[in-house]
Amino acid sequence: MSTEAAADPIASDIAIEVSGLSKSFNGREVVHDLSMRVRRGSIYGFLGPNGSGKTTTIRMLCGLLTPDSGEGTCLGFDIRREARKIKRLVGYMTQRFSLYQDLSVRENLEFVARLYGLRDPRGAARDMINRLGLNGREAQLAGELSGGWKQRLALGACTLPNPQLLLLDEPTAGVDPKARRDFWNEIHALAAEGLTVLVSTHYMDEAERCHEIAYIAYGHLLTHGTVDQVIAGSKLTTYTVSGEALNGLAAELTGKPGIDMVAPFGVSLHVCGRDQAALEAAIASYKADRRLTWRRSEPSLEDVFIDLMNSSKDNFQ
Amino acid sequence: MNAARDPRIAARDRPFGFWRRTYAMLVKEFLQLLRDRVSFGMIIFMPVMQLLLFGYAINTTPRHLPTAVLLQEDTDLGRSILKALENTAYFRFTHEVRDVEQFDALLMSGQVLFGIEIPRGFERAVRRGERPALLVAADATDPVAAGSALSALGQIAQTALMHDRVGGEPAIPPFEIRAHARYNPAASSRLNIVPGLVGTILTMTMLIFTALSVTREIERGTMENLLSMPITPVEVMLGKILPYVLVGFIQATLIVSIGVLLFGVPILGSLIMLALLSTLFITTNLAIGYTFSTLVQNQLQAMQASMMFFLPSILLSGFMFPFAGMPKWAQYIGECLPLTHYLRIVRSIMLKGASLENLRYDAIALVVLMLVAMTIAVTRFRRTLD
Repeated sequence: MSTEAAADPIASDIAIEVSGLSKSFNGREVVHDLSMRVRRGSIYGFLGPNGSGKTTTIRMLCGLLTPDSGEGTCLGFDIRREARKIKRLVGYMTQRFSLYQDLSVRENLEFVARLYGLRDPRGAARDMINRLGLNGREAQLAGELSGGWKQRLALGACTLPNPQLLLLDEPTAGVDPKARRDFWNEIHALAAEGLTVLVSTHYMDEAERCHEIAYIAYGHLLTHGTVDQVIAGSKLTTYTVSGEALNGLAAELTGKPGIDMVAPFGVSLHVCGRDQAALEAAIASYKADRRLTWRRSEPSLEDVFIDLMNSSKDNFQ
Repeated sequence: MNAARDPRIAARDRPFGFWRRTYAMLVKEFLQLLRDRVSFGMIIFMPVMQLLLFGYAINTTPRHLPTAVLLQEDTDLGRSILKALENTAYFRFTHEVRDVEQFDALLMSGQVLFGIEIPRGFERAVRRGERPALLVAADATDPVAAGSALSALGQIAQTALMHDRVGGEPAIPPFEIRAHARYNPAASSRLNIVPGLVGTILTMTMLIFTALSVTREIERGTMENLLSMPITPVEVMLGKILPYVLVGFIQATLIVSIGVLLFGVPILGSLIMLALLSTLFITTNLAIGYTFSTLVQNQLQAMQASMMFFLPSILLSGFMFPFAGMPKWAQYIGECLPLTHYLRIVRSIMLKGASLENLRYDAIALVVLMLVAMTIAVTRFRRTLD
């Protein structure tokens, strides 16, 4: 996990390699000793609750923030010393819409194209408008677009200079399901072309669309790997309960020793525990109830994350 | 596709990158300016309004000033002196009082700016050749307002006495003030004010344009996007300043044209030199405004900083008060303000027909101030969000 590895030709299939990143604002540590490695051409999901340090980490990767400690490389360039070179090859889509609201779609794209020194800024902007399906809207002011179109335009602007790495900070927040699906199809198409994508999100279904995920809470990277690896690594024992009067049952079970989490899922209830024996003991009496059906199941990704968040709250706060 | 994505191939490192990025910024700023209809209207109407307002309003030889008269005796001589005073148009007799207390109270409260007292036995004393005093009390809190009226007094009293043919020789009044403004009192003030207004209006508009430029990007959240792109602080600065140089030039042309056409101010010197040095002055102010925007946190602070700079520019540059009349320390501050140098330039070119040789010091001073501001701006520009 040393930085020298990144300069090594063998490691050139690594897009991001950082270790020990920490960042504090006004004495409050927002990111703590974060290490991660993202392979080229992969879609890497970055998950975590609000204020967990996702945005800060992304900003450190593209040179917008200087880490207090730690080091690493992004596309083979040192994140501390070669921020300018990284910026040329990275497309960063901010959480808040940050294109010029008082410029039109076309003018915004041409500005980006000129700034990156593309050969034919007008042509590049025109092609991108076609690709985004924004034909007929190119003269519209960016500020007047709907949420979905804004997000599309923002993605178009950051892919316009043909970057090698996309950093997307909660790109689908506040966007309808259809637009989200289109957006993710576009992300997968870009990754297929060899682009590396680091995307932060709150949505579990989006996490499952990633090749690899990492979960961060209170500035600590708690787990990472493929979705299956993360679920397998959680060591959660989960039962799905269905039947009558589940609301009452949920209230009864919550807080019992051995039961770490109770969450309703439609007409059923997820009951999870970190210690299998303790969980079995706690639910033994309820299993006899004939109105209820108990079934051993895999924890969902959400179960795993909520549990990680709950346990990390005890550790770090 | 994969070859193009190799990180070590700097495919975008094409020549003239600096100018390309500056140009990108410049085009963007222009488009934003054109889109902002209100600002665009202000560019045209603000200087016109200000020039018309101040050009006609500011008058250092004001007339018809309210005056109180205390007549201790009612004589022909006294009346003809008052008549002569009223004829100068400087004085307007608004109050006639009977005692000194009333006289003092009117002056104290500011209801009158002047009080004229013709003492008891005045005419008789004049006839005897005793050279009695005609008392004139002026409210000197506004020395500009009082100055020219006072200077007119001596002359007037003398002519009044001559007109009455009292005594053999004309009496010499006890006040020795000369009326400087007698030949062309109204025009001289305007000739001085209009060129000064060119500089003052430009200072105000240029400062505010750029003072808001960086803070606006921060407040609208576009700065984060801009910083994530490969643009340098110098490129951002030039891209933001250059469109407004053209705007400032249009404004300056507008103001000077009105000055010449409406106020009859001449341009005795070279028009090209006036244009060149005005452009330098515009750029200097834009650089200073831009520097403010890199130092402050938000648009409100940027406005406040501009005002903080604007006020001394008006007061200490020689626009309002004669520069040579200020104490040394104030003159040093004045030398640090671009307006001071530009006022000398614009007045000298327009009114005296000065050449570049005469104005070398002030032109160099403007260049130095501009470079200092730009250096501070570039060093203070935050490349990160830290």
